Amino acid sequence: MANHTNTGNPNVDLAYRRKKNAEEMKHQVISFVLMIALTLVAFFAVGYDEFSHWFSVPFILLLAAVQVAFQLYYFMHMSHKGHEVPALFIYGGVLVAFLTIWAFMTVVWW
Amino acid sequence: MSTVARKKSVIWDYLTTVDHKKIAILYLIAGGFFFLVGGLEALFIRIQLAKPNNDFLVGGLYNQVLTMHGTTMIFLAAMPLIFAMMNAVVPIQIGARDVAFPFLNALGFWLFFFGGVFLNCSWFLGGAPDAGWTSYASLSLESPGHGIDFYVLGLQISGFGTLMGGINFLVTIINMRAPGMTYMRMPMFTWASFVTSALILFAFPPLTVGLVFMMMDRLFGGNFFHPAQGGNTIIWEHLFWIFGHPEVYILVLPAFGIFSEIFATFSKKRLFGYSSMVFATVLIGFLGFMVWAHHMFTTGMGPIANAIFAVATMAIAVPTGIKIFNWLFTMWGGNIRFTTPMLYAVAFIPSFVMGGVTGVMNAAAAADYQYHDSYFVVAHFHYVIVGGVVFALLAGVHYWWPKMFGKMLNEALGKTTFWLFLIGFHLTFFIQHFLGLMGMPRRVFTYLPGQGFETGNLISTVGAFFMAAATIILLVNVIITTAKGKKAEADAWGVGRTLEWAVASPPPEYNFAQTPLVRGLDALWIEKMEGKKGLTPAEPLGDIHMPNSSILPFVISLGLFIAAFGFMYHNQHSWGLFVGIGGLLITLGSMFLRSVIDDHGFHIHKEEIMEAEKGVKA
Amino acid sequence: MHAEEKLTAETFPAAPEKATLEGKNKFLGFWLFLGGETVLFASLFATYLALRDKTAGGPPAHELFRMPLVFVATMLLLTSSLTSVYAIYHMKNFDFKKMQLWFAITVLLGAGFLGLEIFEFNEYVHEGHVFTKSAFASSFYTLVGTHGGHVAFGLLWILTLMIRNAKRGLNLYNAPKFYVASLYWHFIDVVWVFIFTVVYLMGMVG
Repeated sequence: MANHTNTGNPNVDLAYRRKKNAEEMKHQVISFVLMIALTLVAFFAVGYDEFSHWFSVPFILLLAAVQVAFQLYYFMHMSHKGHEVPALFIYGGVLVAFLTIWAFMTVVWW
Repeated sequence: MSTVARKKSVIWDYLTTVDHKKIAILYLIAGGFFFLVGGLEALFIRIQLAKPNNDFLVGGLYNQVLTMHGTTMIFLAAMPLIFAMMNAVVPIQIGARDVAFPFLNALGFWLFFFGGVFLNCSWFLGGAPDAGWTSYASLSLESPGHGIDFYVLGLQISGFGTLMGGINFLVTIINMRAPGMTYMRMPMFTWASFVTSALILFAFPPLTVGLVFMMMDRLFGGNFFHPAQGGNTIIWEHLFWIFGHPEVYILVLPAFGIFSEIFATFSKKRLFGYSSMVFATVLIGFLGFMVWAHHMFTTGMGPIANAIFAVATMAIAVPTGIKIFNWLFTMWGGNIRFTTPMLYAVAFIPSFVMGGVTGVMNAAAAADYQYHDSYFVVAHFHYVIVGGVVFALLAGVHYWWPKMFGKMLNEALGKTTFWLFLIGFHLTFFIQHFLGLMGMPRRVFTYLPGQGFETGNLISTVGAFFMAAATIILLVNVIITTAKGKKAEADAWGVGRTLEWAVASPPPEYNFAQTPLVRGLDALWIEKMEGKKGLTPAEPLGDIHMPNSSILPFVISLGLFIAAFGFMYHNQHSWGLFVGIGGLLITLGSMFLRSVIDDHGFHIHKEEIMEAEKGVKA
Repeated sequence: MHAEEKLTAETFPAAPEKATLEGKNKFLGFWLFLGGETVLFASLFATYLALRDKTAGGPPAHELFRMPLVFVATMLLLTSSLTSVYAIYHMKNFDFKKMQLWFAITVLLGAGFLGLEIFEFNEYVHEGHVFTKSAFASSFYTLVGTHGGHVAFGLLWILTLMIRNAKRGLNLYNAPKFYVASLYWHFIDVVWVFIFTVVYLMGMVG
């Protein structure tokens, strides 16, 4: 297989790669903090009696969707290149998932 | 790491093989066997219905034979035979040496095989499933004995195998294409296999879940479908058809792919409208997931849901129509040779169009209240499945037989098979449209005299015997060919267009000594038109890496087979739970071994390859 | 590049999970499998949503669920997702020891989650919410239990990988295996996000 290095000096590239990885890790920690925050908000929204469930149910579903996007795009690296086919098939799965849930909530009614 | 030229017995070789070409043969043999079993069951059904008030197969036994006919034909015959074609052809068509996951590929076969054997064990252990191939919960929860448990556990095991096969082919097609083999240069059969594999990936999980629910309800006291405890039998119907409708396309898209290859090859023309064919295939796959409830129009979903599903269903006729016209235009002005495969292809067009038209009739929800559960529906889906899928499988077997086994099937016998089968097929099923419209219900084991059903049913039964005769002649053809058939050349039909016709028949273990460079659609045809003997290589000759064979796929599947028996009997026998857990431990233990034992494969050395290739050229 | 080749931090590729053909295939095949798993869990969720009011006289969701317990379990699992990110971070830096350490923390957190779930189920059973009680109970235990089964399988998987490779360190043969196991672990977390939202939180508001 071809040489992976760009400059030809492995130590320089290593330092560069380490720095990039560390930077990415920082983003991961930030998304983790946000995910915890979203979770806290969701638990709070349900515990807070002033919200009607017409508000809180869509609200917590939205929070869940945002949190899952963080998981997929940051923790699972779907934001990196080389994830086009995985994304296609995950969204394919999501489409079928959506249709299934939609049907079970509308036409399974007696 | 070196090649170890060990002598292995043939049986051990096939038990442990991870070579996609040998797995193709395993699928062909096992699928062919189950096709014969399912065909025999069909004959029994037709004998029972040949005259009114017949007592050949009465009541419960008829229900079992009918259920097993449908289940066997779909899950144990059609699917594995399609996997046989895919395994034999797809890796070679894309210029690959192997599939992406050879081990999983073998595991997929053995899971299917043990699932099928398990299901058929029911015949000898108290009776087969008897709630129809759709096994609606309202029937199957009430079914006494263990028939339905055999259905649930057997299909669960073979379903895992199918899912693995699907993932394997997706990754193979995405990652293993030869240099230059872009997506829009892939042969149509490869495209069809790709879309079919994607459908398998998304359609089998709902079936898995439905089967788990059914297992819970029947064996572990669950309440998913028991109305008294709040359950809902409609949930089974939805889950079954969310799987079941894509399943139809899982079967028929590869059939379309096979015919696309055959039309182009024997018209000596490039496939007409290749890109629109790709588009239509993908669109059918996409729409295939949005129409399942057209099987349930009469369950009372309400007019809005019925209307949505009716319109979505009719929309599928559009891409299918595109395909029909493309095949016709491929033949138009072509240099047509009516070989056996081509005869099937030509006969397929009107046969399948009839199935499609009755499909649109069924899709009209209001009219479907009349057709529902009548022989009209039986006629419809047999026109689609036999006129589409079985014709394609027979065509594909004749077309690729020389590639798989290195010998040409006898054309005279092949054409005899074709004519008998075509006549028998239309005799059997055409009249059933009218029986259905006259009010004959499906799945009922007899009818009374004087209702006008006698002649139609007799004709239908006679037709079934024609198809049986055709099948026997095919078997004779196979035996004669194996004994003293003409040896096939690499380009067995002389007009091959795609890469599988560039390698020896049968192909060497490594498929291509040098990975080919693909320069366009119909890669081999391009080289032939430029007067070249072989393919343009994309790499110098070198050592070839191959995967090791393994017995573990067999053992993993055997473990589940044993476990299924244990769990099925755990309510009656104290050993049940013990055997069930023991079987699972065999499976998990083998998976553990697979995980911890490194498997780096081996290399075939350059010198050996040169030696082997010399033998072919000479 | 051979999969078993001894590598150094300098020669270790930036994306070790995709440096070999086997790695590429594993990576893609596993993502596709997750696509299928999405549909599998969707079917379980859909059934739960259709049956969640059918308690057949048993306790309804909002009287049953122990929210503090669920909250702690959620925090454990979310944190374990981050720790497995750390493990992969160290894998990419070719720091095998730290990778093992972070995977070990992941396993501990996961085991804690699983323990809480077993405790929780045990509590519910004592309140008469048994699997055979109602359609609600069956669908609840099947959905949450399937997730729990995935957690248990993931724990065994990661442990097996850690023990098997403890002595030989990282190479391009096992790097894709570790990477794929961490993908699986994240997916378990994705499913849990929907479980705590759809099953537990929505169960509390009705």
